[in-house]
Amino acid sequence: MAQIILFAPLIGALLAGFGWKIMGERPAQIVATALVGLAALLSWVIFLTFDGEGRTIQILRWIDVGTLSSDWAIRLDRLTAVMLVVVTTVSALVHLYSFGYMAHDDNWREGEPYRARFFAYLSFFTFAMLMLVTADNLLQLFFGWEGVGVASYLLIGFYYRKPSANAAAIKAFVVNRVGDFGLLLGLATIFFLVDSIQFDVIFAEREALSQTTVRFLWTDWNAANLIAFLLFVGAMGKSAQLFLHTWLPDAMEGPTPVSALIHAATMVTAGVFLVVRMSPIMEYAPEAMMFVTAIGAATAFFAATVGLVQNDIKRVIAYSTCSQLGFMFVAAGVGVYSVAMFHLFTHAFFKAMLFLGAGSIIHGMHHEQDMRNYGGLRHKFPWTFRAMLIGTLAITGVGIPLTGIGFAGFISKDAIIESAYAGGPTVVFWTLVVGAAMTSFYSWRLMFMTFWGAPRGDAKTHAHAHESPNVMLIPLGVLAVGSVFAGMIWYGPFFGSIAEVNAWFAGSIFMAPDNTVLDDAHYVPAWVKVSPFVAMLGGLGLAWVFYIQKPDLPGRLAQQQRWLYLFLLNKWYFDELYEMIFVRPAKALGRFLWKKGDGAVIDGGINGLALGIVPFFSRLSVRAQTGYIFHYALAMVVGILALVFYVMLVTGTN
Amino acid sequence: MTPADLMTALPEIALAAWAVGALLVGAWFGQDRIAAPIMWGTAALFLVMAMWVGLSPAGSRMAFNGLFINDAFARFAKIVILASAAAVMVMGQDYLTKRDLMRFEYPILITLATLGMLLMVSASDLIALYMGLELQSLALYVIAAMRRDSVKSTEAGLKYFILGSLASGTLLYGASITYGYAGTTQFAGILSTIADGDMPLGLLVGLVFLLAGLAFKISAVPFHMWTPDVYEGAPTPVTAFFATAPKVAAVILLTRLVHDAFGSVPGDWGQIVAFLAVASMFLGSITALAQSDIKRLMAYSSIAHMGFAMVGLAAGTAIGVQATMVYMAIYVVMNIGTFAFILGMERGGRHITEIASLNLYSRREPAKALALLILMFSMAGVPPLLGFFGKFGVLRAAVDADMTWLAIAGVLASVIGAYYYLRIVYLMYFGEEGEPLDGKMAPVPLVLLGASAVIMVVGVINLFGIEPFATTAATALVN
Repeated sequence: MAQIILFAPLIGALLAGFGWKIMGERPAQIVATALVGLAALLSWVIFLTFDGEGRTIQILRWIDVGTLSSDWAIRLDRLTAVMLVVVTTVSALVHLYSFGYMAHDDNWREGEPYRARFFAYLSFFTFAMLMLVTADNLLQLFFGWEGVGVASYLLIGFYYRKPSANAAAIKAFVVNRVGDFGLLLGLATIFFLVDSIQFDVIFAEREALSQTTVRFLWTDWNAANLIAFLLFVGAMGKSAQLFLHTWLPDAMEGPTPVSALIHAATMVTAGVFLVVRMSPIMEYAPEAMMFVTAIGAATAFFAATVGLVQNDIKRVIAYSTCSQLGFMFVAAGVGVYSVAMFHLFTHAFFKAMLFLGAGSIIHGMHHEQDMRNYGGLRHKFPWTFRAMLIGTLAITGVGIPLTGIGFAGFISKDAIIESAYAGGPTVVFWTLVVGAAMTSFYSWRLMFMTFWGAPRGDAKTHAHAHESPNVMLIPLGVLAVGSVFAGMIWYGPFFGSIAEVNAWFAGSIFMAPDNTVLDDAHYVPAWVKVSPFVAMLGGLGLAWVFYIQKPDLPGRLAQQQRWLYLFLLNKWYFDELYEMIFVRPAKALGRFLWKKGDGAVIDGGINGLALGIVPFFSRLSVRAQTGYIFHYALAMVVGILALVFYVMLVTGTN
Repeated sequence: MTPADLMTALPEIALAAWAVGALLVGAWFGQDRIAAPIMWGTAALFLVMAMWVGLSPAGSRMAFNGLFINDAFARFAKIVILASAAAVMVMGQDYLTKRDLMRFEYPILITLATLGMLLMVSASDLIALYMGLELQSLALYVIAAMRRDSVKSTEAGLKYFILGSLASGTLLYGASITYGYAGTTQFAGILSTIADGDMPLGLLVGLVFLLAGLAFKISAVPFHMWTPDVYEGAPTPVTAFFATAPKVAAVILLTRLVHDAFGSVPGDWGQIVAFLAVASMFLGSITALAQSDIKRLMAYSSIAHMGFAMVGLAAGTAIGVQATMVYMAIYVVMNIGTFAFILGMERGGRHITEIASLNLYSRREPAKALALLILMFSMAGVPPLLGFFGKFGVLRAAVDADMTWLAIAGVLASVIGAYYYLRIVYLMYFGEEGEPLDGKMAPVPLVLLGASAVIMVVGVINLFGIEPFATTAATALVN
């Protein structure tokens, strides 16, 4: 069954990608969707019937070089099962949704085929992501890791006629290279120390690793900390954490279903998955985990602040994603891996839905993405509005405090904040609460600007605005169900007592015996438990004042606090900073090596040699070939004499 | 002479008997009418003998009082020579028949030349060496001038003969000096006089003259100048023959001479061979750039290839010898394929050898163009084709023998050489519109062209298992 789940998307990708010319575009789309749907169905079967017993399904022997041996195998345990469900479900729904979303597109000329390619990429992405989450060893994980990177690159740059899309695709790829370099170093360090890349072998060595030191760069490092840190650098790139986050907002250049699938629900959570998967090592790397917590909290805060002032609907959600990923890392960092997975799981539902909802509006509004040109759309998009409302309720964390009844985001986010209070420094807790308040503010800001108020912007666009077809609304409905209930249903397995969680995960995540954060989180003071809810209400109230009651207030505030506003609007000037520090020097170096190094020295040298010197000798030797037999004989005699003199001289000196 | 001697040299004796018998039969009955049957019979005999050699028991056997040696090294060379001679001979039949050149003497002369080659590779004495070499050379002089009504062919034969005589004289002079200093003409005897590693200067001079004589046969620079003229002037089937079996025989003979007779001082002759190798690689490659006639191009190409083969030899090690042998085997296959193609280059019944006539050949004959493309890439040493592994082997042998400079020179020369091979490919695929060649090609050359192209691709899997044979052969020689 696991094999079918893994290979169905690959087959779909191949059939759609190479077979659409034979079977036509629409059948290709249907085939790809059906196969991913099959994978999703089987994933749910596995997820619901799984007994927790971890097992390995070998597919083939992959690499056997020296001591490096590696199978291509599926590691099936609870963690994998959770990820299978997330990946295949969202993917299947996005496939379905794309039938509607990609039906017409102004980026392509009339009759130009692009849909099958899009579906092939989506299916290929799904396969790569499944490779990642089912990996049995680090190399296989790395394969999937790079595979999703390629798919992401292809899909961000899907509108390849748009220069901005190409630039964004390259940016995503390059920024991810930085993180991947860290991951590769971590992988190599593990192989260097453990002599294996199998998860089981690595995990068995965790105690030894925590007592080993490695000489790296200028000093000795604790092996477990070094490995955990390097792996986390990889995770930072993929999951767009602070300093390596710049690519994610730009990635919104891709079609919206892509944003929902790759840049919200699945690929960007790969970093979280990696940290959780490596939990046996992470547990022995306390300093590295402090770093994870710090970066996570900083990202949660930073991205939320930027999200406050963005006007592009997709960018708001993108920064929201970035921020929520920070929440997940905080959970992992303080040692409650199951809670990180919990938020990953619920977030996949409501964030995918928010993106698909945004896509529905963008689709209906003729690719208008600026929220300043929206307004009053709840009548034009009744179903989308309802879905988005559920998504917003979920992400902002609406529920009944102290009861465990609420939307999915309420349960999982509160779990993180409580764990942060129990297991992390207080400042992290407060950062997350402020982050939750800002989440609430920008999410409601998005809702109010889009669906309430008077229509703004181009009247013609508003007049032609229309609700999306059912094929796009059904995925929204399915995701809405998950957004409402996923938190309540799976509260126990993810955020129950330590015993409960350990029983459910059955060893697929590891919490050290002295790690009691999960239990402690349940016994935090009541005000801590209520605080995220209060923060949510604060954000909601403020948003209501700003965008419903006094719509001119935001403008005035921006005028008064111009400097702060520009700072946030320009995303803390990260792009400008990087442009100055990295991009320009790199480009200058590249231009120097290109013009001077390659052009002048290498090309010049080679061309001079090839066009000047070699033909000169060529002419000379052709001239020597006179055709006169005495010249030929002379050459022979001269040759013999030269050789005789040569050997005489050499032997004479010896 | 004992029956054992006869058995040891059975292929040679069979060839000699066949040549005499066929000459009588041809002169007695109808002459040129039975040229074709004689040719096919000769080819069959070659193949049977090749098989005989291949199946004969392992080990090293001397015959005729140490004049003749039959060891693994000689057997490897004989198989290559016999098989390639048979292939090249039958390949030219169509060409010769069309031009009324199909004389019954042709296969007989080829037989005699091949016999000479077999004797060369089995020679273990300077006299035997000379006899084999002359038998081969005399036969080749005649077939070079076989087209008597053509000035170019006659000129080629004459040039070859005069310069060949000069080379033979050089060789003989070297042999006599060697005899003077060593007191024997047997290789083993020469080796024993320098066994202490101290070589008298006179012997060294003798060695230089011997090497010069042999360098002429493999057309190493600066003894190469006959090659382009003779290649161009001789009828194309003869050129094809020149480019294959005699080259193998001469390289093998050179290898045997330096290892069997002067093996204990590889440093001395290694320097000379290395010099010849570098000069041949560079001059061959550079001069070929300026050629417009494909036969002359192949002449320079073969000069460059001989340079590469000698790189392995210059290393002076068993691995080097093995690399050289593998290189020669690959070289022969590539050349058979290429000449099979050249034989088919015609326009209105006239043989065309201008490279420019290949313009846009791929449009009309995609399959043949592809085959030639593979052969050209292989000749240029582009991986993953067989030619690359040949080059790689000799260069690695040079590096292993601490002659890195030689390997670097080889790489540079092969970069230059790549240009003219790729130019042919360029013309075939991206050239300009020109007068097209006829598409028709006789069946035998067509099969050989296809087969050799396929071998270049498929052979990379395990080189058809010739490597262990070459290893055995090399270790039989160098120990």
